[in-house]
Amino acid sequence: MTMLKEGRPTAPAHVNKEHPDPATATGNRALMLEEPLIFEIGSTETTGVDFTPVDKPASRLGGLERKRSIGLPGLSEQETVRHYTRLSRQNYAIDLGLFPLGSCTMKHNPRLNEKVARMPGFADIHPLAPVATVQGALAVIHELAEWLKTLTGMAAVAMSPKAGAHGELCGLLAIRAALEARGDARSVILVPESAHGTNPATAAFCGYKVEDIPATPDGRVDLAALKARLGPDVAAVMITNPNTCGLFERDMKAISDAVHAAGALVYCDGANFNAIVGRVRPGDLGVDAMHINLHKTFSTPHGGGGPGSGPVVLSEALAPYAPLPFVEKLADGSFALVEEETAGEHHAGSFGRMVAFHGQMGMFTRALTYILSHGADGLRQVSGDAVLNANYILRSLDSVLDAPFGGSGPCMHEALFSDKGLAEGFTTLDIAKGLIDEGFHPMTMYFPLVVHGAMLIEPTETESKAALDQFIMALRSLAERAKAGDEALKGAPYHAPRRRLDETLAARKPVLVWIEEALAEAAE
Amino acid sequence: MSRYFTDEHEWIDVEGEIATVGITDYAQEQLGDIVFVELPAEGATFEKGDDAAVVESVKAASDVYAPISGEVVESNGALEDEPALVNSDPEEDGWFFKLRITDASELEGLMNEKAYKAFVAGL
Repeated sequence: MTMLKEGRPTAPAHVNKEHPDPATATGNRALMLEEPLIFEIGSTETTGVDFTPVDKPASRLGGLERKRSIGLPGLSEQETVRHYTRLSRQNYAIDLGLFPLGSCTMKHNPRLNEKVARMPGFADIHPLAPVATVQGALAVIHELAEWLKTLTGMAAVAMSPKAGAHGELCGLLAIRAALEARGDARSVILVPESAHGTNPATAAFCGYKVEDIPATPDGRVDLAALKARLGPDVAAVMITNPNTCGLFERDMKAISDAVHAAGALVYCDGANFNAIVGRVRPGDLGVDAMHINLHKTFSTPHGGGGPGSGPVVLSEALAPYAPLPFVEKLADGSFALVEEETAGEHHAGSFGRMVAFHGQMGMFTRALTYILSHGADGLRQVSGDAVLNANYILRSLDSVLDAPFGGSGPCMHEALFSDKGLAEGFTTLDIAKGLIDEGFHPMTMYFPLVVHGAMLIEPTETESKAALDQFIMALRSLAERAKAGDEALKGAPYHAPRRRLDETLAARKPVLVWIEEALAEAAE
Repeated sequence: MSRYFTDEHEWIDVEGEIATVGITDYAQEQLGDIVFVELPAEGATFEKGDDAAVVESVKAASDVYAPISGEVVESNGALEDEPALVNSDPEEDGWFFKLRITDASELEGLMNEKAYKAFVAGL
């Protein structure tokens, strides 16, 4: 053995390979630190901040003052910083690796977007500032609105909705306003099985009766069944295109024509717009309203990094009912904010206001930055690459995983597999948990409902071939293990901060509030 | 008493004008661990095929349809505290609600146990 004078071994031969995974005294695993809850670190009796004691002023609350401690843990600044930094290391994010959640479009958030959003002229303004002082910000909203209208071929856009489901609400409120304006009370909204789950929820929230339209064996809307159901009671059809099976609804124009002929309107869920941006204009397909998730297609942060933003494009038929406020470009080139006081007669049909102010300004600057840095040709390439990547995954794995619609041709932006062919007792959940051990966030699972044990994978255009190949290799290995009945897979994850959780117990007896152990025991 | 089945995996026991409705063993097996059941209020009336109850498992939330038209006379409150009954005893103690039947002729199109078993075997 090579030895330095002080006795430090330098050759790897010294490593004891007999004990590859011994327990540690602290529970920490090298740089991955075990972390208790914040209440378990800091005592509620201590504080991390020094205050000069003050004389307690006489209470003027007439005996209503609080008697008990509010129970905030007292931590020093360093303890607080370490707590959240440690937790952040146990998280998974698009900045760490491929995030294959289907129908979520988890794409890279370009740092140029962040730089622009932080420019003081955008970041340090107030929504109540006089419009003359925020012309640049209004110009951004207006220019983004123009891009969204152009990309979708629609007449108007409501910029204020805060995310996808909020956009759906906006679209349905516009549809209801349009129907009411013509004195037409309709009570039913049709939702195909291939639509997103939020669609029927939104329709029900608006007080409509929801009816399903079945899917065809190749995963698309059953046009004949839809036509048969249309009638004077149907207000709208909510359709997701490309749909949640990752397929393009190729009868979309025929669907829209039939819906319009029956006096109803077409809502399109635009969550999957990334697959067609720059290639298909929903307006040409007869869509009357569609939300656009800026946090999906237009690369603004999605998930914990949000907030979301869900502008809604509207057809000529719905444009008069768009919500306030919106930005208008005046003849002299300046921008005005059209609000209740200034709406005037030609905006009298607006159904009202959805949010206090203009919408998610920080997302508007990011989305416009993304659009301008790509240009029209770049956006067209986005959808092309996103679809190519999804098909690469579909065809690389359809020999080991069942692809229920794989036979009907290429998919759009997401590849869909089922649990058919796994060994007895092995499920989609086992594969998802195995992916965590392999260092990936799991795919969307058990959705769409029309496919048994669904695995829905959306790679987006931002992954390199090398990243896709590594993911495919991992998923292929897991599929092979699940087919071969490798019992070890049922114990996954082995390498995550926590092992497999008891989802049933968590749902049946949820513990949502931290209570001091002594109090919890006393309560029992 | 006769038992009928629907192709949406509900079972119906008919005794006089009262029908007891639950989901089948096949349905609970497919849903996995049930964590929540939402039951209709007494007095609610349903047309055949209406959404009457919701059953939520760790995998998904599913609607339970009224297999025939009728008025709810009783709901199985035990399921609210112990949804696991639907897993352990779906076709007896895990019943969902009882309906007063409005139109007994609607029972005609439903399956008997043998037909339902054949239907499930074909899925």
